[in-house]
Amino acid sequence: MSGSAALPATGPRGPWLLDGLVTVVVLLGLWQALHAYAGEAAIASPLAAFRHLSGLVATAGFWSHAGATLSAFAGALAISALLGIGLGLVLGLRRFAGEVAEPILAGLYSIPKVTLYPVILLVFGLGIGAKVAFGVIHGVIPITLFTLTAVKGINPVLIRTARAMRLGQAETIRTILAPAVLPEIVTGLRVGFSLTLLGVLVGEMFASQRGLGFLIVNGISLHNVQQTTAVILMLVIVAVAANGVLLWLDRRFIHRAA
Amino acid sequence: MTRERAVTLTRIAWIAGFVLLLEAVCRLHLVNPLTLIPPSEMAATLWGLIASGEIAGDIARTFSTVAIAVVLAVAIGFTLGVAIHALPRVRQGLDPLLASYYSIPTFVFYPLFVAIFGLNSVPLIVLGMAFGVPAMILATLNGLDRVPRVLMRTARSYRLGRLSTLAHVVMPSALPYLLTGVKLALAYAFIGIIAGEFILADAGLGHAIAYAYDGFENRTMYALMLFVLVVVTGLNMTLHAWEGRVMRRRARA
Repeated sequence: MSGSAALPATGPRGPWLLDGLVTVVVLLGLWQALHAYAGEAAIASPLAAFRHLSGLVATAGFWSHAGATLSAFAGALAISALLGIGLGLVLGLRRFAGEVAEPILAGLYSIPKVTLYPVILLVFGLGIGAKVAFGVIHGVIPITLFTLTAVKGINPVLIRTARAMRLGQAETIRTILAPAVLPEIVTGLRVGFSLTLLGVLVGEMFASQRGLGFLIVNGISLHNVQQTTAVILMLVIVAVAANGVLLWLDRRFIHRAA
Repeated sequence: MTRERAVTLTRIAWIAGFVLLLEAVCRLHLVNPLTLIPPSEMAATLWGLIASGEIAGDIARTFSTVAIAVVLAVAIGFTLGVAIHALPRVRQGLDPLLASYYSIPTFVFYPLFVAIFGLNSVPLIVLGMAFGVPAMILATLNGLDRVPRVLMRTARSYRLGRLSTLAHVVMPSALPYLLTGVKLALAYAFIGIIAGEFILADAGLGHAIAYAYDGFENRTMYALMLFVLVVVTGLNMTLHAWEGRVMRRRARA
């Protein structure tokens, strides 16, 4: 293991992997130190959390909560992606509409949307509908903004070519725009992925009887810190892994486009 | 210029139209008044709440928490950013962490923060900083990376020392980017802190909204939402305009 670190010719992949490993070790060390400082009642140690998590994933109850979160998240992400990409393409193509909408979207992006959660609960009622809607209002704006920026920044020669070939709008989007903006859309989806997950989890933490967000809050109110720590650990692992996959796709696409 | 004006006017017209639509939908009883109240009533209720001083405590609590979180996030992020910029190997090592940091749903840590620090402002400040510090680090790195080499050479030919180079050359040049970091830190602090108050807290605007929701006090709830949205949007827009001005001045210089 230490031998490969000394080799300089492993390319960019080697040190990246090593840096990631060092980062994980440092973070685990900080976690252990925090545990030693705050005590057993406030945060479980890394070892205890991993152990509790491996016990937790063997129970059926855990998977019903995980399933509730996953289905809400999948629905929210699908809606965010479709709506965001569609809106971004349309607003990017129509310059005037895009210039009108962009600051409004950017403003909406940076307000605390949690305050709107009661409205969503009043409209959709307690349940999966509210969670999906809450995930969507978090995820749709970054996806729209990334798509919009990508379409606006597209090489005008491509657009002129499409016009010279007398392509219709649908055809222009399918054959020219979509391939040209794909890398940015992948980036937008990566950001939207994280924010949609955040929205769904916050919704579960505030008013829900099911889902992983509920398990986190429930663990605290039952003084079951191990459960809270274990669920958070799992979410972080899943989020980082998913981000890693999307980042890899991102780099592949950009690499291919370059 | 006329096109810019047309864009701005259209934008205002859209927003005004949306508010009027909400008003009309409520006044015509197309939606249940238990679900949504007209914007004019929200504003009237908000005025009453402010005038009576009923929400002054919550406002003071939230704003002081946000102020502390922003100051800390900017100071810590800037210091770390300068340090990381000076150490390229550390910077390379932090790359995987920064690349995946924003994918983590930070709010899930909030209950743990409460368990560790107790139910007071400290976990909220930590949550408010959790997003702001990396944003400030990235903004600082970005600013320091973009100091034109000509300026650095000029500083060297004037034989400026390290500190005076920093004070007279590097900082003024990096300022617009630092301002971007401050803007993000402020927006993130509001998002984090109000969300934290909303989930679990004993005071603050987020808590007041959640409390009004639980008590079916829709008027108070909508009035408080209006307050948060207007104030935060106003602050964000002010910083955004300032940032744009500084950016343009840098481009001209």
